[in-house]
Amino acid sequence: MNYLGIEPVRPRVALFSFTGCEGCQLQLANHEESLAEFLAAIRIVRFREISSSEQGEYDIALVEGAITRNDEVERLLAIRAQTKVLVALGSCACYGGVNRLKNSLDPAVMNREVYGDLSQESLPTRSVGEVVTVDLEIPGCPVSKPEVERIIQHLIWGIPYSFPAYPVCLECKQSFTLCRFQQGELCLGPLTRGGCRAICPAGGLGCWGCRGPAADPNYPEFFAIARQQGFSEREINERLTFFGGLEVTP
Amino acid sequence: MLFRIVEKMAFRSLIQLLLETTQVIGPRKIAVTREGKPVHQYLPLSGFEELELGYDTTDIPAKSYFLPYEENLSTWSFIGNDWTQEITYRLQPRVLVGLHACDINALLKLDKVMTREFFPSPYYISRRKNSFIIGIDHEPCQGGFCHWLGTDSVNRGFDLFLTDLGDRYFVAIDSERGFTLLQQVAVRLVTENDTADYLTVRRRIASGFAPPLDVRQLPRLLDMEFDSEIWRRWGAKCLSCGSCAAVCPTCYCYGVSENVSMDFTRGAKVKQLYSCTLKDFAEVAGGHNFRSARETRLKYRYYHQHRGFVEQYDEPKCVGCGRCGRSCLAGINPQEIIGDLLATEVPS
Repeated sequence: MNYLGIEPVRPRVALFSFTGCEGCQLQLANHEESLAEFLAAIRIVRFREISSSEQGEYDIALVEGAITRNDEVERLLAIRAQTKVLVALGSCACYGGVNRLKNSLDPAVMNREVYGDLSQESLPTRSVGEVVTVDLEIPGCPVSKPEVERIIQHLIWGIPYSFPAYPVCLECKQSFTLCRFQQGELCLGPLTRGGCRAICPAGGLGCWGCRGPAADPNYPEFFAIARQQGFSEREINERLTFFGGLEVTP
Repeated sequence: MLFRIVEKMAFRSLIQLLLETTQVIGPRKIAVTREGKPVHQYLPLSGFEELELGYDTTDIPAKSYFLPYEENLSTWSFIGNDWTQEITYRLQPRVLVGLHACDINALLKLDKVMTREFFPSPYYISRRKNSFIIGIDHEPCQGGFCHWLGTDSVNRGFDLFLTDLGDRYFVAIDSERGFTLLQQVAVRLVTENDTADYLTVRRRIASGFAPPLDVRQLPRLLDMEFDSEIWRRWGAKCLSCGSCAAVCPTCYCYGVSENVSMDFTRGAKVKQLYSCTLKDFAEVAGGHNFRSARETRLKYRYYHQHRGFVEQYDEPKCVGCGRCGRSCLAGINPQEIIGDLLATEVPS
Protein backbone atom coordinates (compact mmCIF):
# COMPACT_ATOMS: atom_id res chain seq x y z
CA MET A 1 0.00 0.00 0.00
CA ASN A 2 1.29 3.45 -0.86
CA TYR A 3 0.89 6.59 1.16
CA LEU A 4 -2.05 8.58 -0.31
CA GLY A 5 -1.91 6.15 -3.22
CA ILE A 6 1.21 7.82 -4.56
CA GLU A 7 3.89 5.56 -5.99
CA PRO A 8 7.12 6.99 -4.61
CA VAL A 9 9.66 7.77 -7.32
CA ARG A 10 13.32 8.03 -6.41
CA PRO A 11 14.43 11.48 -7.53
CA ARG A 12 18.05 12.01 -8.49
CA VAL A 13 19.47 14.49 -6.02
CA ALA A 14 22.70 16.47 -6.34
CA LEU A 15 24.30 18.62 -3.68
CA PHE A 16 26.32 21.72 -4.55
CA SER A 17 28.34 23.88 -2.28
CA PHE A 18 29.15 27.57 -2.66
CA THR A 19 30.43 30.11 -0.12
CA GLY A 20 29.66 28.68 3.29
CA CYS A 21 30.88 26.21 5.88
CA GLU A 22 29.27 23.10 4.30
CA GLY A 23 27.53 22.47 7.59
CA CYS A 24 24.18 22.07 5.85
CA GLN A 25 25.59 19.31 3.67
CA LEU A 26 26.92 17.68 6.79
CA GLN A 27 23.43 17.88 8.33
CA LEU A 28 22.11 15.74 5.50
CA ALA A 29 24.44 12.95 6.55
CA ASN A 30 23.08 13.24 10.10
CA HIS A 31 19.94 11.88 11.78
CA GLU A 32 21.28 8.35 11.66
CA GLU A 33 18.04 6.70 12.77
CA SER A 34 16.53 7.36 9.36
CA LEU A 35 19.67 7.82 7.27
CA ALA A 36 19.41 4.45 5.52
CA GLU A 37 15.75 5.12 4.64
CA PHE A 38 16.62 8.65 3.49
CA LEU A 39 19.33 7.36 1.16
CA ALA A 40 16.96 4.68 -0.15
CA ALA A 41 14.22 7.22 -0.92
CA ILE A 42 16.44 9.28 -3.21
CA ARG A 43 19.31 8.64 -5.58
CA ILE A 44 22.33 10.71 -4.64
CA VAL A 45 24.32 11.64 -7.72
CA ARG A 46 26.61 14.27 -6.18
CA PHE A 47 27.44 14.68 -2.50
CA ARG A 48 31.13 15.31 -1.98
CA GLU A 49 31.03 14.98 1.80
CA ILE A 50 29.97 11.32 1.57
CA SER A 51 31.24 10.22 -1.83
CA SER A 52 33.71 11.34 -4.51
CA SER A 53 31.68 9.79 -7.35
CA GLU A 54 29.77 12.06 -9.72
CA GLN A 55 27.06 10.51 -11.85
CA GLY A 56 25.13 12.15 -14.67
CA GLU A 57 21.93 14.15 -14.50
CA TYR A 58 19.75 15.15 -11.58
CA ASP A 59 16.17 16.17 -10.84
CA ILE A 60 16.71 18.11 -7.62
CA ALA A 61 19.70 20.35 -6.94
CA LEU A 62 20.25 21.20 -3.30
CA VAL A 63 22.40 24.32 -3.30
CA GLU A 64 24.12 25.49 -0.16
CA GLY A 65 26.22 28.60 0.39
CA ALA A 66 26.08 32.20 -0.79
CA ILE A 67 27.35 33.52 -4.12
CA THR A 68 30.47 35.67 -3.82
CA ARG A 69 32.57 35.08 -6.96
CA ASN A 70 32.10 35.18 -10.73
CA ASP A 71 33.00 31.52 -11.18
CA GLU A 72 30.27 30.70 -8.65
CA VAL A 73 27.76 32.63 -10.75
CA GLU A 74 28.71 30.62 -13.83
CA ARG A 75 28.52 27.31 -11.97
CA LEU A 76 25.13 28.20 -10.50
CA LEU A 77 23.70 29.20 -13.92
CA ALA A 78 24.80 25.82 -15.30
CA ILE A 79 23.09 24.00 -12.41
CA ARG A 80 19.90 25.99 -12.96
CA ALA A 81 19.94 25.07 -16.65
CA GLN A 82 20.23 21.35 -15.86
CA THR A 83 17.97 20.79 -12.86
CA LYS A 84 14.20 20.52 -12.69
CA VAL A 85 14.01 21.73 -9.10
CA LEU A 86 16.53 24.06 -7.46
CA VAL A 87 16.45 24.26 -3.69
CA ALA A 88 18.36 26.86 -1.70
CA LEU A 89 19.64 24.94 1.30
CA GLY A 90 20.45 26.84 4.48
CA SER A 91 20.59 30.49 5.51
CA CYS A 92 23.63 31.33 3.31
CA ALA A 93 21.84 30.12 0.19
CA CYS A 94 18.51 31.69 1.23
CA TYR A 95 19.69 35.07 2.54
CA GLY A 96 23.45 35.30 2.03
CA GLY A 97 23.97 34.30 5.64
CA VAL A 98 26.86 35.57 7.73
CA ASN A 99 28.77 36.16 4.49
CA ARG A 100 26.47 39.09 3.80
CA LEU A 101 27.95 41.01 6.76
CA LYS A 102 30.85 42.12 4.55
CA ASN A 103 28.47 43.98 2.20
CA SER A 104 28.19 46.90 4.60
CA LEU A 105 31.98 47.30 4.80
CA ASP A 106 34.67 48.60 2.42
CA PRO A 107 35.52 45.68 0.04
CA ALA A 108 39.20 46.66 -0.20
CA VAL A 109 39.60 46.77 3.59
CA MET A 110 37.82 43.42 3.91
CA ASN A 111 39.99 41.81 1.25
CA ARG A 112 43.17 42.97 2.99
CA GLU A 113 41.86 41.85 6.40
CA VAL A 114 41.17 38.31 5.15
CA TYR A 115 43.77 37.71 2.41
CA GLY A 116 46.56 40.13 3.31
CA ASP A 117 48.81 40.77 0.30
CA LEU A 118 47.31 37.83 -1.64
CA SER A 119 44.21 39.77 -2.71
CA GLN A 120 41.36 37.61 -4.12
CA GLU A 121 38.43 38.35 -6.39
CA SER A 122 35.29 38.80 -4.24
CA LEU A 123 31.85 40.14 -5.18
CA PRO A 124 29.29 41.54 -2.80
CA THR A 125 27.50 38.55 -1.25
CA ARG A 126 24.24 37.47 -2.87
CA SER A 127 21.76 34.78 -1.99
CA VAL A 128 21.14 32.01 -4.54
CA GLY A 129 17.74 33.56 -5.28
CA GLU A 130 19.38 36.88 -6.20
CA VAL A 131 21.28 35.13 -9.01
CA VAL A 132 18.90 32.47 -10.35
CA THR A 133 15.26 31.46 -9.90
CA VAL A 134 14.84 29.33 -6.82
CA ASP A 135 11.96 26.84 -6.49
CA LEU A 136 12.18 26.32 -2.76
CA GLU A 137 14.09 27.80 0.17
CA ILE A 138 15.01 25.75 3.23
CA PRO A 139 16.43 28.17 5.77
CA GLY A 140 18.41 27.38 8.90
CA CYS A 141 21.96 27.50 10.18
CA PRO A 142 22.27 24.66 9.79
CA VAL A 143 19.13 23.27 8.15
CA SER A 144 17.10 20.84 10.24
CA LYS A 145 17.45 17.32 8.86
CA PRO A 146 13.94 16.24 9.93
CA GLU A 147 12.58 19.27 8.06
CA VAL A 148 14.65 18.42 4.97
CA GLU A 149 13.27 14.89 5.13
CA ARG A 150 9.69 16.18 5.18
CA ILE A 151 10.41 18.51 2.26
CA ILE A 152 12.01 15.74 0.20
CA GLN A 153 8.92 13.63 0.89
CA HIS A 154 6.68 16.43 -0.39
CA LEU A 155 8.82 16.77 -3.52
CA ILE A 156 8.45 13.03 -4.10
CA TRP A 157 4.67 13.19 -3.63
CA GLY A 158 4.33 16.39 -5.63
CA ILE A 159 2.50 18.11 -2.77
CA PRO A 160 3.41 21.67 -1.72
CA TYR A 161 5.18 21.90 1.63
CA SER A 162 4.11 24.53 4.15
CA PHE A 163 6.63 25.94 6.58
CA PRO A 164 5.29 26.89 10.01
CA ALA A 165 3.70 30.35 9.88
CA TYR A 166 4.34 30.97 13.57
CA PRO A 167 7.47 32.43 15.12
CA VAL A 168 9.89 30.66 17.47
CA CYS A 169 8.02 31.90 20.60
CA LEU A 170 5.28 29.31 20.22
CA GLU A 171 7.78 26.46 20.27
CA CYS A 172 9.52 27.92 23.34
CA LYS A 173 6.21 27.88 25.20
CA GLN A 174 5.40 24.42 23.92
CA SER A 175 8.75 23.06 25.05
CA PHE A 176 8.50 24.79 28.48
CA THR A 177 11.49 27.01 27.70
CA LEU A 178 11.75 30.23 29.70
CA CYS A 179 11.51 33.41 27.67
CA ARG A 180 15.04 34.74 27.04
CA PHE A 181 13.72 38.28 27.44
CA GLN A 182 12.55 37.29 30.92
CA GLN A 183 16.19 36.37 31.57
CA GLY A 184 17.30 39.79 30.37
CA GLU A 185 18.58 38.68 26.97
CA LEU A 186 17.88 39.79 23.43
CA CYS A 187 16.04 37.21 21.33
CA LEU A 188 14.72 37.35 17.76
CA GLY A 189 12.20 34.60 18.51
CA PRO A 190 9.14 36.90 18.08
CA LEU A 191 10.17 37.65 14.46
CA THR A 192 11.75 34.41 13.33
CA ARG A 193 10.02 31.50 11.64
CA GLY A 194 9.52 28.49 13.92
CA GLY A 195 9.94 24.86 13.02
CA CYS A 196 13.39 24.58 14.61
CA ARG A 197 11.82 23.38 17.87
CA ALA A 198 13.38 26.46 19.49
CA ILE A 199 16.58 24.59 20.26
CA CYS A 200 18.74 27.71 20.75
CA PRO A 201 16.57 29.31 23.48
CA ALA A 202 16.20 25.85 25.07
CA GLY A 203 19.99 25.67 25.16
CA GLY A 204 20.20 29.10 26.80
CA LEU A 205 20.87 31.24 23.73
CA GLY A 206 18.47 33.88 22.43
CA CYS A 207 17.36 33.41 18.81
CA TRP A 208 19.59 34.90 16.07
CA GLY A 209 17.05 34.64 13.28
CA CYS A 210 18.72 32.03 11.07
CA ARG A 211 15.36 30.85 9.68
CA GLY A 212 14.27 34.25 8.41
CA PRO A 213 10.94 35.93 9.14
CA ALA A 214 7.74 34.21 10.31
CA ALA A 215 4.56 34.72 8.29
CA ASP A 216 3.60 38.03 9.90
CA PRO A 217 6.64 39.60 11.60
CA ASN A 218 5.71 42.72 13.58
CA TYR A 219 8.96 44.70 13.22
CA PRO A 220 7.80 48.02 14.72
CA GLU A 221 6.51 46.33 17.88
CA PHE A 222 9.62 44.18 18.14
CA PHE A 223 11.87 47.24 17.95
CA ALA A 224 9.76 48.98 20.60
CA ILE A 225 10.02 45.95 22.92
CA ALA A 226 13.76 45.48 22.45
CA ARG A 227 14.44 49.19 23.07
CA GLN A 228 12.17 49.23 26.08
CA GLN A 229 14.05 46.22 27.48
CA GLY A 230 17.19 48.31 27.34
CA PHE A 231 18.91 47.09 24.17
CA SER A 232 20.68 49.66 22.03
CA GLU A 233 19.97 50.29 18.36
CA ARG A 234 23.38 48.83 17.57
CA GLU A 235 22.82 45.62 19.52
CA ILE A 236 19.42 45.11 17.92
CA ASN A 237 20.67 45.78 14.39
CA GLU A 238 23.77 43.60 14.79
CA ARG A 239 21.50 40.75 15.72
CA LEU A 240 18.98 41.45 12.95
CA THR A 241 21.60 41.59 10.19
CA PHE A 242 23.50 38.50 11.32
CA PHE A 243 21.97 35.99 8.88
CA GLY A 244 20.62 38.48 6.37
CA GLY A 245 17.04 37.23 6.45
CA LEU A 246 15.43 39.94 8.58
CA GLU A 247 14.73 43.64 8.26
CA VAL A 248 16.77 46.24 10.13
CA THR A 249 15.54 49.04 12.38
CA PRO A 250 14.41 51.99 10.23
CA MET B 1 -18.37 17.95 50.21
CA LEU B 2 -16.70 16.77 53.41
CA PHE B 3 -14.11 18.63 55.46
CA ARG B 4 -11.23 17.41 57.58
CA ILE B 5 -8.16 18.82 59.26
CA VAL B 6 -4.73 17.40 58.47
CA GLU B 7 -1.57 18.46 60.27
CA LYS B 8 1.25 19.60 57.95
CA MET B 9 3.51 16.73 59.06
CA ALA B 10 0.75 14.26 58.18
CA PHE B 11 0.32 15.90 54.78
CA ARG B 12 4.02 15.52 54.18
CA SER B 13 3.73 11.80 55.00
CA LEU B 14 0.83 11.52 52.59
CA ILE B 15 2.83 12.97 49.70
CA GLN B 16 5.82 10.79 50.58
CA LEU B 17 3.57 7.75 50.64
CA LEU B 18 2.18 8.65 47.21
CA LEU B 19 5.67 9.21 45.82
CA GLU B 20 6.53 5.57 46.57
CA THR B 21 4.02 4.25 44.07
CA THR B 22 2.73 7.07 41.91
CA GLN B 23 3.93 9.94 39.78
CA VAL B 24 3.39 13.15 41.75
CA ILE B 25 3.45 16.47 39.90
CA GLY B 26 3.63 19.79 41.69
CA PRO B 27 5.04 23.34 41.56
CA ARG B 28 8.84 23.30 41.52
CA LYS B 29 11.18 26.27 41.33
CA ILE B 30 13.09 26.10 38.06
CA ALA B 31 14.71 29.54 37.74
CA VAL B 32 14.63 33.17 38.78
CA THR B 33 13.86 36.10 36.50
CA ARG B 34 16.31 38.98 36.07
CA GLU B 35 14.24 40.85 38.67
CA GLY B 36 15.00 37.98 41.06
CA LYS B 37 11.47 36.58 41.04
CA PRO B 38 11.27 32.78 41.33
CA VAL B 39 9.78 30.90 38.36
CA HIS B 40 7.73 27.80 39.10
CA GLN B 41 6.56 25.00 36.87
CA TYR B 42 4.35 21.96 37.46
CA LEU B 43 6.85 19.13 37.20
CA PRO B 44 7.16 15.56 38.45
CA LEU B 45 8.60 15.55 41.97
CA SER B 46 11.27 13.20 43.21
CA GLY B 47 10.82 14.22 46.86
CA PHE B 48 8.55 16.30 49.10
CA GLU B 49 11.28 18.96 49.52
CA GLU B 50 10.93 19.98 45.85
CA LEU B 51 7.27 20.86 46.34
CA GLU B 52 6.82 24.63 46.84
CA LEU B 53 3.18 25.11 47.72
CA GLY B 54 3.68 28.79 48.51
CA TYR B 55 4.40 29.60 44.84
CA ASP B 56 2.85 32.69 43.24
CA THR B 57 1.88 31.24 39.86
CA THR B 58 3.36 29.23 36.98
CA ASP B 59 4.13 30.39 33.43
CA ILE B 60 2.70 27.19 31.97
CA PRO B 61 -0.74 26.06 33.17
CA ALA B 62 -1.64 22.58 34.41
CA LYS B 63 -3.42 22.21 31.06
CA SER B 64 -0.23 20.77 29.57
CA TYR B 65 -0.85 17.55 31.53
CA PHE B 66 -4.31 17.13 30.01
CA LEU B 67 -3.89 18.66 26.56
CA PRO B 68 -0.21 18.20 25.76
CA TYR B 69 1.26 20.69 23.32
CA GLU B 70 2.07 17.80 21.02
CA GLU B 71 0.73 14.26 21.05
CA ASN B 72 0.50 11.26 18.74
CA LEU B 73 -3.16 10.53 18.11
CA SER B 74 -2.40 7.41 16.16
CA THR B 75 0.64 5.52 14.95
CA TRP B 76 -0.04 3.60 11.77
CA SER B 77 1.75 1.27 9.41
CA PHE B 78 1.09 -0.44 6.10
CA ILE B 79 1.21 -4.23 6.02
CA GLY B 80 1.00 -5.52 2.47
CA ASN B 81 -2.29 -4.25 1.10
CA ASP B 82 -3.71 -3.55 4.52
CA TRP B 83 -2.90 -1.17 7.32
CA THR B 84 -3.01 -1.11 11.08
CA GLN B 85 -2.95 1.60 13.71
CA GLU B 86 -2.08 1.85 17.35
CA ILE B 87 -3.69 4.33 19.72
CA THR B 88 -2.51 4.76 23.28
CA TYR B 89 -4.33 6.36 26.19
CA ARG B 90 -3.08 7.18 29.64
CA LEU B 91 -3.37 4.06 31.77
CA GLN B 92 -1.47 5.03 34.91
CA PRO B 93 -2.95 7.16 37.69
CA ARG B 94 -0.95 10.17 38.85
CA VAL B 95 -1.27 13.00 41.34
CA LEU B 96 -1.25 16.72 40.63
CA VAL B 97 -0.70 18.65 43.84
CA GLY B 98 -0.77 22.40 44.45
CA LEU B 99 -3.13 23.52 41.70
CA HIS B 100 -4.73 26.92 42.27
CA ALA B 101 -8.46 27.53 41.83
CA CYS B 102 -7.88 29.07 38.37
CA ASP B 103 -6.30 25.89 36.99
CA ILE B 104 -9.03 23.67 38.46
CA ASN B 105 -11.76 25.98 37.15
CA ALA B 106 -10.00 25.80 33.79
CA LEU B 107 -10.21 21.99 33.88
CA LEU B 108 -13.94 22.24 34.63
CA LYS B 109 -14.33 24.38 31.50
CA LEU B 110 -12.20 21.99 29.44
CA ASP B 111 -14.37 19.12 30.75
CA LYS B 112 -17.36 20.79 29.14
CA VAL B 113 -15.60 20.91 25.78
CA MET B 114 -13.75 17.59 25.88
CA THR B 115 -16.34 15.30 27.47
CA ARG B 116 -19.43 16.33 25.57
CA GLU B 117 -22.09 13.77 24.78
CA PHE B 118 -20.93 13.32 21.20
CA PHE B 119 -17.29 12.94 20.20
CA PRO B 120 -15.80 13.14 23.68
CA SER B 121 -12.00 13.07 23.59
CA PRO B 122 -10.76 9.71 24.92
CA TYR B 123 -7.24 11.15 25.10
CA TYR B 124 -8.39 13.90 27.45
CA ILE B 125 -10.70 11.68 29.49
CA SER B 126 -7.98 9.07 30.12
CA ARG B 127 -5.73 11.77 31.52
CA ARG B 128 -8.42 13.57 33.47
CA LYS B 129 -9.82 10.44 35.14
CA ASN B 130 -6.34 9.20 35.97
CA SER B 131 -5.33 12.48 37.63
CA PHE B 132 -5.86 12.85 41.35
CA ILE B 133 -6.03 16.57 42.01
CA ILE B 134 -5.02 18.33 45.21
CA GLY B 135 -5.73 22.04 45.00
CA ILE B 136 -4.63 24.80 47.34
CA ASP B 137 -5.87 28.26 48.35
CA HIS B 138 -3.41 31.14 47.97
CA GLU B 139 -2.95 34.87 48.37
CA PRO B 140 -3.83 36.77 45.17
CA CYS B 141 -1.06 36.26 42.62
CA GLN B 142 0.60 39.07 40.69
CA GLY B 143 -1.36 39.99 37.58
CA GLY B 144 -4.29 37.66 38.24
CA PHE B 145 -7.89 38.85 38.01
CA CYS B 146 -9.77 35.65 38.78
CA HIS B 147 -12.07 37.52 41.19
CA TRP B 148 -13.55 39.42 38.23
CA LEU B 149 -14.72 36.10 36.84
CA GLY B 150 -15.67 34.30 40.03
CA THR B 151 -12.92 31.75 39.57
CA ASP B 152 -10.93 32.71 42.67
CA SER B 153 -12.50 29.77 44.48
CA VAL B 154 -13.65 26.36 43.32
CA ASN B 155 -16.14 23.83 44.61
CA ARG B 156 -15.73 20.94 42.15
CA GLY B 157 -13.21 19.34 39.86
CA PHE B 158 -10.68 18.30 42.52
CA ASP B 159 -10.22 15.40 44.91
CA LEU B 160 -8.81 17.42 47.80
CA PHE B 161 -8.49 21.17 48.27
CA LEU B 162 -6.24 22.65 50.93
CA THR B 163 -6.41 25.92 52.81
CA ASP B 164 -3.27 26.73 54.80
CA LEU B 165 -4.11 27.46 58.45
CA GLY B 166 -0.48 27.79 59.54
CA ASP B 167 0.34 24.51 61.29
CA ARG B 168 -2.42 22.52 59.55
CA TYR B 169 -4.50 22.32 56.39
CA PHE B 170 -8.25 22.72 56.20
CA VAL B 171 -9.13 20.07 53.59
CA ALA B 172 -12.21 20.07 51.38
CA ILE B 173 -12.89 16.55 50.06
CA ASP B 174 -14.82 16.21 46.82
CA SER B 175 -14.36 12.57 45.86
CA GLU B 176 -14.58 9.13 47.37
CA ARG B 177 -11.01 8.40 46.34
CA GLY B 178 -9.97 11.62 48.06
CA PHE B 179 -11.68 10.50 51.24
CA THR B 180 -10.11 7.04 51.00
CA LEU B 181 -6.64 8.41 50.44
CA LEU B 182 -6.86 10.64 53.51
CA GLN B 183 -7.49 7.54 55.64
CA GLN B 184 -3.81 6.65 55.15
CA VAL B 185 -2.71 9.42 57.52
CA ALA B 186 -4.00 10.98 60.71
CA VAL B 187 -6.89 13.35 60.05
CA ARG B 188 -9.46 14.76 62.39
CA LEU B 189 -12.87 16.36 62.25
CA VAL B 190 -13.22 20.13 61.91
CA THR B 191 -13.75 22.06 65.16
CA GLU B 192 -15.38 25.46 65.58
CA ASN B 193 -11.93 26.88 66.09
CA ASP B 194 -10.77 25.46 62.72
CA THR B 195 -13.80 26.92 60.96
CA ALA B 196 -13.13 30.33 62.47
CA ASP B 197 -9.49 30.15 61.32
CA TYR B 198 -10.61 29.04 57.86
CA LEU B 199 -12.97 32.00 57.52
CA THR B 200 -10.26 34.39 58.69
CA VAL B 201 -7.89 33.09 56.02
CA ARG B 202 -10.56 33.28 53.32
CA ARG B 203 -11.39 36.88 54.35
CA ARG B 204 -7.70 37.80 54.25
CA ILE B 205 -7.34 36.33 50.76
CA ALA B 206 -10.49 38.11 49.52
CA SER B 207 -9.32 41.44 50.94
CA GLY B 208 -6.06 41.15 49.00
CA PHE B 209 -7.81 41.71 45.67
CA ALA B 210 -8.20 45.14 44.12
CA PRO B 211 -11.84 46.04 43.37
CA PRO B 212 -13.02 44.00 40.36
CA LEU B 213 -14.41 45.26 37.08
CA ASP B 214 -17.92 44.09 36.20
CA VAL B 215 -17.50 41.63 33.34
CA ARG B 216 -21.14 40.60 33.09
CA GLN B 217 -21.72 43.12 30.30
CA LEU B 218 -18.86 41.78 28.17
CA PRO B 219 -20.81 39.55 25.73
CA ARG B 220 -23.08 42.48 24.89
CA LEU B 221 -20.25 45.03 24.81
CA LEU B 222 -18.21 42.87 22.47
CA ASP B 223 -21.10 42.85 20.00
CA MET B 224 -21.39 46.62 20.30
CA GLU B 225 -17.64 47.19 19.86
CA PHE B 226 -16.97 44.93 16.88
CA ASP B 227 -15.52 47.80 14.83
CA SER B 228 -13.96 49.63 17.74
CA GLU B 229 -10.56 51.33 17.46
CA ILE B 230 -9.66 49.31 20.59
CA TRP B 231 -8.88 46.36 18.32
CA ARG B 232 -6.73 48.41 15.96
CA ARG B 233 -4.76 49.85 18.87
CA TRP B 234 -4.11 46.54 20.62
CA GLY B 235 -3.91 44.57 17.37
CA ALA B 236 -1.06 46.77 16.14
CA LYS B 237 1.02 45.49 19.05
CA CYS B 238 0.32 41.78 18.49
CA LEU B 239 3.39 39.71 17.54
CA SER B 240 1.20 36.84 16.26
CA CYS B 241 3.35 34.45 18.24
CA GLY B 242 0.63 32.39 19.90
CA SER B 243 2.22 32.63 23.36
CA CYS B 244 -1.08 33.82 24.90
CA ALA B 245 -2.99 30.75 23.74
CA ALA B 246 -0.12 28.41 24.63
CA VAL B 247 -0.08 29.58 28.26
CA CYS B 248 -3.89 29.89 28.48
CA PRO B 249 -5.27 27.16 30.75
CA THR B 250 -8.42 26.84 28.61
CA CYS B 251 -7.25 27.35 25.00
CA TYR B 252 -7.69 24.03 23.25
CA CYS B 253 -7.50 24.78 19.50
CA TYR B 254 -5.19 22.50 17.57
CA GLY B 255 -3.96 21.30 14.21
CA VAL B 256 -3.22 17.77 13.03
CA SER B 257 -0.42 16.86 10.70
CA GLU B 258 0.99 13.61 9.48
CA ASN B 259 4.54 12.54 10.14
CA VAL B 260 5.46 9.85 7.62
CA SER B 261 8.56 7.68 7.90
CA MET B 262 11.22 8.11 5.23
CA ASP B 263 10.44 4.62 3.82
CA PHE B 264 6.74 5.61 3.48
CA THR B 265 5.51 2.54 5.37
CA ARG B 266 4.79 4.04 8.80
CA GLY B 267 3.59 7.29 10.25
CA ALA B 268 1.84 9.15 13.00
CA LYS B 269 -1.03 11.59 13.18
CA VAL B 270 0.39 14.36 15.33
CA LYS B 271 -1.80 16.85 17.14
CA GLN B 272 -0.27 20.23 18.00
CA LEU B 273 -2.05 22.88 20.05
CA TYR B 274 -2.44 25.96 17.90
CA SER B 275 -3.53 29.55 18.38
CA CYS B 276 -6.10 31.82 16.76
CA THR B 277 -3.57 34.66 16.81
CA LEU B 278 -1.28 32.82 14.36
CA LYS B 279 -1.33 34.11 10.81
CA ASP B 280 -2.55 30.92 9.13
CA PHE B 281 -5.17 29.95 11.73
CA ALA B 282 -8.09 30.79 9.44
CA GLU B 283 -6.33 30.11 6.16
CA VAL B 284 -8.23 27.82 3.81
CA ALA B 285 -7.73 26.17 0.42
CA GLY B 286 -6.49 28.53 -2.26
CA GLY B 287 -4.59 30.62 0.26
CA HIS B 288 -7.65 32.63 1.32
CA ASN B 289 -7.49 33.86 4.88
CA PHE B 290 -10.56 34.89 6.86
CA ARG B 291 -8.43 36.64 9.47
CA SER B 292 -5.32 37.87 7.77
CA ALA B 293 -5.09 41.04 9.89
CA ARG B 294 -3.49 40.95 13.34
CA GLU B 295 -6.23 43.00 14.92
CA THR B 296 -8.89 40.61 13.60
CA ARG B 297 -7.10 37.60 15.02
CA LEU B 298 -6.57 39.22 18.40
CA LYS B 299 -10.18 40.35 18.49
CA TYR B 300 -11.48 36.86 17.80
CA ARG B 301 -9.41 35.47 20.62
CA TYR B 302 -11.24 37.83 22.98
CA TYR B 303 -14.55 37.01 21.34
CA HIS B 304 -14.08 33.34 22.03
CA GLN B 305 -13.03 33.99 25.64
CA HIS B 306 -15.82 36.36 26.60
CA ARG B 307 -18.62 35.92 24.08
CA GLY B 308 -18.56 32.71 21.98
CA PHE B 309 -17.88 30.44 24.93
CA VAL B 310 -20.58 32.20 26.97
CA GLU B 311 -23.09 31.51 24.21
CA GLN B 312 -22.20 27.83 24.22
CA TYR B 313 -21.64 27.14 27.90
CA ASP B 314 -23.18 30.08 29.80
CA GLU B 315 -19.85 31.17 31.25
CA PRO B 316 -16.70 32.89 29.98
CA LYS B 317 -13.81 30.70 28.89
CA CYS B 318 -11.33 32.96 30.69
CA VAL B 319 -10.45 32.15 34.32
CA GLY B 320 -8.49 35.35 34.94
CA CYS B 321 -5.16 33.69 35.70
CA GLY B 322 -3.36 36.51 33.87
CA ARG B 323 -0.83 34.18 32.22
CA CYS B 324 -1.52 35.53 28.72
CA GLY B 325 -0.79 39.09 29.82
CA ARG B 326 2.37 38.07 31.67
CA SER B 327 3.71 36.08 28.72
CA CYS B 328 3.00 38.80 26.15
CA LEU B 329 6.18 40.72 25.35
CA ALA B 330 4.05 43.47 23.80
CA GLY B 331 2.11 43.90 27.04
CA ILE B 332 -1.28 42.96 25.60
CA ASN B 333 -3.35 41.97 28.62
CA PRO B 334 -7.00 41.15 29.23
CA GLN B 335 -7.42 43.52 32.19
CA GLU B 336 -6.65 46.62 30.12
CA ILE B 337 -8.58 45.41 27.08
CA ILE B 338 -11.64 44.70 29.24
CA GLY B 339 -11.11 48.10 30.89
CA ASP B 340 -11.07 49.72 27.44
CA LEU B 341 -14.27 47.92 26.46
CA LEU B 342 -15.94 49.09 29.67
CA ALA B 343 -14.44 52.56 29.13
CA THR B 344 -13.07 52.50 32.66
CA GLU B 345 -9.74 52.45 34.48
CA VAL B 346 -8.45 49.13 35.81
CA PRO B 347 -8.16 49.39 39.62
CA SER B 348 -4.70 48.47 40.92
